[in-house]
Amino acid sequence: MTIFIPTPLRAYTAGKDAVEVNAATIAGSLDELTTTFPELRKHLFTSEGRVRAFVNIYLNDEDVRYLSAKEATEVSHADTLSIIPSIAGGC
Amino acid sequence: MSALRLSKAVYDAIRAHGEETYPHECCGALLGRPTPDGWSIEASAKAGNTRTDSAHKRYQISPGELVKIERESRLRGLSIAGFYHSHPDHPAQWSQTDLAEAHWLGCSYVITAVENGKAAATNSFRLAGETEENKRFEAEAIEVRDAVKDPVSQ
Repeated sequence: MTIFIPTPLRAYTAGKDAVEVNAATIAGSLDELTTTFPELRKHLFTSEGRVRAFVNIYLNDEDVRYLSAKEATEVSHADTLSIIPSIAGGC
Repeated sequence: MSALRLSKAVYDAIRAHGEETYPHECCGALLGRPTPDGWSIEASAKAGNTRTDSAHKRYQISPGELVKIERESRLRGLSIAGFYHSHPDHPAQWSQTDLAEAHWLGCSYVITAVENGKAAATNSFRLAGETEENKRFEAEAIEVRDAVKDPVSQ
């Protein structure tokens, strides 16, 4: 599966905008990603190991929060995972 | 000071978007390529403001829409370089809300003040720092070029 890396996190993936992983689930894929690039971990997860509140993870076009199995969802080679920090603000 | 370089077509498009949605905030993404001293913007992508409860003073882009914008920009060889939004009848300066909700470190955040429906000042701020704990906005210059390439894509 391909994991797409957002612009601000490419500093921690040697500049790569996409990383291939071979895990069977979303959680396994994120674990493989952060094992390969350990500096990513603190940007994606809280100290308790949960995905940070402002980090959105999409499996193809689906928000992982709304998948029935959430991060335990099984993935295939053709799937893509997008990491998207939230964007908001106002005056 | 870093600089944000964009074509006049993109500059005009993001300011026009602010006038179009007035008195609500507009928002969108800036697509470009990194340079040693800042981003070179080649296109912008309009996005919907999901903060319909207080759209006159807040904006939010759906992450699902961002996934699509990033996918399309990747196909064009571009990256999400930053975001733009408007401040209706409010200065073109970042607010504490803007900083608290900004998470794209290294990217540019462009703000256009829209006064009585007309675009006024446009300023850019780069989200500097390495972590959520030490992030900060730094003012950056905006360089508008005449070259027209890839105006608003959506």
